[in-house]
Amino acid sequence: MNPTEQFELQRIAPYFINGVDVSFTNASLYMLLAASAAIILTIFATSKRALVPGRGQALAEVLYEFVANTVRSTAGKEGMRFFPFVFTLFTFILMSNLIGLVPYTYSLSSQIVLTFAFAAFVLLLVILYGLYRHGFGFLRLFVPHGVPGPVLVILIPIEIISFLSRPVSLSVRLFANILAGHITLAVFGGLAVMLLGAGSWAALAPVPVLGVVVLYALELLVNCLQAFVFTVLTCVYLNDAIHPGH
Amino acid sequence: MANIVLAAEEAAPHGAREPSATQTSVEHHGGGEFPPFQTENFVPQLVWLALTFGLLYLLMSRIALPRIGSILHDRESRIESDLFASRELQEKAQEAAAAHDETLRVTKAQAQDIGRAAQQQAATETATRRASEEAAFAEKVAAAETQILAAKSEALSNVETIATEAAGAILEKLTGARFAAETLQGEYRNIKAS
Repeated sequence: MNPTEQFELQRIAPYFINGVDVSFTNASLYMLLAASAAIILTIFATSKRALVPGRGQALAEVLYEFVANTVRSTAGKEGMRFFPFVFTLFTFILMSNLIGLVPYTYSLSSQIVLTFAFAAFVLLLVILYGLYRHGFGFLRLFVPHGVPGPVLVILIPIEIISFLSRPVSLSVRLFANILAGHITLAVFGGLAVMLLGAGSWAALAPVPVLGVVVLYALELLVNCLQAFVFTVLTCVYLNDAIHPGH
Repeated sequence: MANIVLAAEEAAPHGAREPSATQTSVEHHGGGEFPPFQTENFVPQLVWLALTFGLLYLLMSRIALPRIGSILHDRESRIESDLFASRELQEKAQEAAAAHDETLRVTKAQAQDIGRAAQQQAATETATRRASEEAAFAEKVAAAETQILAAKSEALSNVETIATEAAGAILEKLTGARFAAETLQGEYRNIKAS
């Protein structure tokens, strides 16, 4: 039993356009599932537009207000122009993380290419919006306020490096957390199966099962939390684009 | 979905039968064939990510978020107007309560006045009636007293005749002489007067 097997991409319907691999894979399937979950929650559950919300609508409203408050408190009122993007990002990551926790499923956040795509997109958005909004004034982002000239010579490269390393840390944080959690769960589950097949050691099999139960609860927390952390950091970075001065 | 389930089921008995093989395979991975780092899998995932995320973004920004926003906004304004209405109604209710208290106070005073007047009327009526009754009673008493006096004097005059007659009879028996009633009467009056 291989704990990394759960991360393997299966090409359900291989397809190439001009030599570009656009196969429908299990990742595509789970992207559609995550998007569908988000659509069910935010569009179908709110179709009644009830004054007194039902369960689904209340959940959608809570999600909306939660993300709206996060954006407003970290990126200010002006940050609300990115609210649809941040909301989509958060719901998509949250839904794919939660769906990924169901046994035998595929977790999208365990793919570094996907989390890096999100992070790179956020970086690109920050740079483009910052330049569009402030022109070259956006470069003040790399000049800490109230620091004497000679120190700036050292500080500005550091600021630039830290800025460029943001997408790496942002994507690796989400990827590594989800990956490690799923591997740990698989290892504990595999241990239980191994013990069952090892004669009298089978008596010890409930121990790793108990471990899986506890870890699963922890993973539930981690999966929600990492979706939130990703969102908050996105807001913080967007705030830099809106208010580049330190 | 079916593929993954199958893959997982294939993997399970294999690991169960050969635990040592599993452990070595765990150690082997982490090299170049670690699934998330397989570069040939990047393109299809990115293409589908762009498709699904783009679609989801459109649906969220065009339909879901405006709708939820309007629901929340409507509810907020509804609550505000309801609160305003309730505040107005409360004020009205307070006014009505004050008016009611005032009416109650006035009516109470009126009731007290009426009660007091009735009491006074009853008192005067009783007093006049008592006075007239007392007067009538006094008259009756006076009449009775004169009647008693008359009866007494009559009785006393009777006593005089009886006494003189008895005295005459006694004197006749003792002396054999007859005395005129007038003489006896005069004597009697003398005795009585002394």
